[in-house]
Amino acid sequence: MIQFINTTLIGITAGSIYALMAIALVLVWRSTRVINFAQARMALLSTYFGYEAMVRTNSFWIALLVAMLGGGLFAAIIELVFMRFLLKRSASGPIASVAPIIATLGLYGVIRAVTASIWGGQELQIVAPVSNVGYSIGTETLVFSPLKLLILISVGVLVLLLSLLFQKTNIGLALRASAFSPEIASLSGIKVDLVRTLGWSLAGAVGAMAGMFQTVDGTGTFSPDSIGFTLLFVSGFIAAVIGGLESLVGAVIGGLLLGLVISFVLMYISSSLFFIAPFLVLLLVLFIRPQGIIGVKAARRA
Amino acid sequence: MHKLRSIHHFGLFVVFGFILFLASNRVDELRVYQGASVAVFVIAIASLILLTGYSGQVSVGQGALMALGAYGAAVVRNELHVPILLSFFVAVLVAAVGGALLGAAAARLSGPYLAGTTLALAIGIPPLANQFSILGGEQGLAFDVGNPPARLGEDFTQYKWFFWIAALAALISMWLLSNILRSRYGRNWRAGRSNEVAAQLSGINTGRSKILAFTLSAGIAGLAGALLSMTIGTVSPSAFTYNLSLMLLAGAFVSGVSTLSGVMIGAVVLVGIPEIADVVANRIGSSENISTNLPGFLNYALLILTVLFVPNGPVEQHHARQARKAAMKKIKSLPKPSMEGNT
Amino acid sequence: MSLVVSHLTVHHGAICAVNDVSFTLTQGELTAVIGANGAGKTTLLRTLSGLNKATQGSATWKEQDLLHSKPEHLVRSGISHVSEGKAVIPELTVAENLDLGAIWRRNKKERILTRDEVVSIFPRLGERLAQRADTLSGGERQMLAIGRALMSKPQLLLLDEPSLGLAPLIIEQIFQTIRELTTAMGLTVVLVEQNAMGALKIADTGIVLNLGSVAISGNAASLIVDAQVRAAYLGY
Repeated sequence: MIQFINTTLIGITAGSIYALMAIALVLVWRSTRVINFAQARMALLSTYFGYEAMVRTNSFWIALLVAMLGGGLFAAIIELVFMRFLLKRSASGPIASVAPIIATLGLYGVIRAVTASIWGGQELQIVAPVSNVGYSIGTETLVFSPLKLLILISVGVLVLLLSLLFQKTNIGLALRASAFSPEIASLSGIKVDLVRTLGWSLAGAVGAMAGMFQTVDGTGTFSPDSIGFTLLFVSGFIAAVIGGLESLVGAVIGGLLLGLVISFVLMYISSSLFFIAPFLVLLLVLFIRPQGIIGVKAARRA
Repeated sequence: MHKLRSIHHFGLFVVFGFILFLASNRVDELRVYQGASVAVFVIAIASLILLTGYSGQVSVGQGALMALGAYGAAVVRNELHVPILLSFFVAVLVAAVGGALLGAAAARLSGPYLAGTTLALAIGIPPLANQFSILGGEQGLAFDVGNPPARLGEDFTQYKWFFWIAALAALISMWLLSNILRSRYGRNWRAGRSNEVAAQLSGINTGRSKILAFTLSAGIAGLAGALLSMTIGTVSPSAFTYNLSLMLLAGAFVSGVSTLSGVMIGAVVLVGIPEIADVVANRIGSSENISTNLPGFLNYALLILTVLFVPNGPVEQHHARQARKAAMKKIKSLPKPSMEGNT
Repeated sequence: MSLVVSHLTVHHGAICAVNDVSFTLTQGELTAVIGANGAGKTTLLRTLSGLNKATQGSATWKEQDLLHSKPEHLVRSGISHVSEGKAVIPELTVAENLDLGAIWRRNKKERILTRDEVVSIFPRLGERLAQRADTLSGGERQMLAIGRALMSKPQLLLLDEPSLGLAPLIIEQIFQTIRELTTAMGLTVVLVEQNAMGALKIADTGIVLNLGSVAISGNAASLIVDAQVRAAYLGY
């Protein structure tokens, strides 16, 4: 019984981090119709920003804020300088759908090289604000800890804020309209270019949170080649696909589901399936319900 | 007419092969080894050109397919002690089967979905080797192609032998591939890539065509994988990380992914960049951090620049420019059409 | 002269879609632009609203250059474009679609007021404010599209084939409404239509485009009885 609870809680916590990355990917997808393969790398860079802040202020929360602001800013710069140029140049031709994929993969490599050059390959530590020692129920200790609870709450709050932003504010309406139909949005007076940059910026900030939480929840250390960040992208991507790529709710559900499935598979089937399990889940989803759990069978193409 | 073409091509390959053979006798060991690496990358990149350039399926998982081939060859050679040639065949076969399965799974995917799936594959498959003892776990398996035959003389080094095997494999597979790409299959792939619905309406079974592309591409990649392991001497998961897959993709695009003609460019770039990076790093006397990461940076920066400015690859871009110049010349020489009313 | 178009030429790559088109509109005038498919009507509208780039020529609205601004800026100058076929966002609600039209306007009270006005013009929309736009019928969607355009309080209204795909009875209503709005609000309207007769009947003037050039133009009533126009576009 305890094992079941543990597995579920681990799954939900991991899943909430996947959900964050998925949200970032969905935000970018909705605003620019591009899958940013460098999203996790950008999250890594943001985590470095957080680390630097941590070193100077010894406060996790300030570090988190710095990471998110830095991540948002960096993402905005990338969109302004890089993506716009790219999308204009590759608007047509056989390379059109492929160019953003390749470009973001290239970006992935460049960011990795740059971060490794600046900070080196060693593991750096970020200390969590609360303990990661599990709660006790009677004589049993759960894996679930104050830290994990904190992560869950934080992610929940963030998702709530984002939902409010999108559903209840003008900016949110502008973001949604620009995602669904850039032309109509433009004809309605919305500065679509600015909105796109905003979408990327939000994604960068959300990704930064994922990176920071991912680090403290795991070993507490990270490096340019942390396996965690590599998997973060893949997991986030799969979660986003499960959720249908078009909605934030879908991303969250996708993340939680993926987290749970992987957690149970690792616990009850075999822990050696760690690397291949996400791939199998992805295949499964793409076969059974390619539009995702939330997605509508739209004619909207990649 | 068609037959003449393939003979013509074949002749070219033979000539090129001869040149390589002569060259290998005159350069030092390092270059010979690099030559072998270039040959390996040529094959690997060519497999991507087929898959991504012709059939339009972006795969970030070619490294995993190479791993399949390498492990296939190594297992068969170590357990059954087959001759090298046979082990290479097995490599192609094993990888091709893997490719067929993957292709069947991926046939309905496109664009970023396909890329993401293959990326997941690239990350997920190599570590599987750790699970099965027959695959040697972390340290991997030894892959030994044996010493060069005695009749080639005493001076014939191991590296030269690698180079000859790899170069020969590259020449043969490039010749075969270029003919396949010119054939009906190549045309079908191209048609499917530019407009799937239109292709289907013309009677092309795009699903089967895509799977065929995957299978063939995987087989070729498998060969490259086996050859790569040959040059290293072992097969292990660490040789086939997702980094390798990304690098191959970079090499393919720098070459010009839609045509085979530029494949050498990408291969040379991949092998040459670490060298260049070394030189540059030494010149500016930079820290260790920078020098370790400079090759990666250059690689991917080059990829980005290519996608931005020369998206179809240098060769195709050049051809396109020539074609445009010729077309402009023709247009200018035509008489001006008269301005008529409507209808 | 409020809308002045002079020697406007627009290319799609190598193809000339709009060829040396010139016309002027006074404020409050409703002109119908008719012509066969591919005659360049849609391209003309899209160029006036900033979606397409012109190759040559000029177009000004109240002396303001239309050709070198992005659509989102032109909207703020009082130009609204209802594009062909897909002028509403199906995933948003009716209310949200309407709000889109006024999203750039600062004054919240004014926005709400305008929405009430639009709803009073199109009461059917008022009944469906909370519904998603993809649950609306074709006619209702068209009303929503026009309603959204009205939300930005335009002075120049560009309508691209509002009758497309609608039932004849609805078409009548839509055309009636367009005519009434034009008069009531003092709008200047460029109405592009394939339904030549319907458009000319409510218009003040007409322009016939053929292969990108102006074939005939003039008073709408006289165009209706013009022999060439009748034969080519009016079917009798």
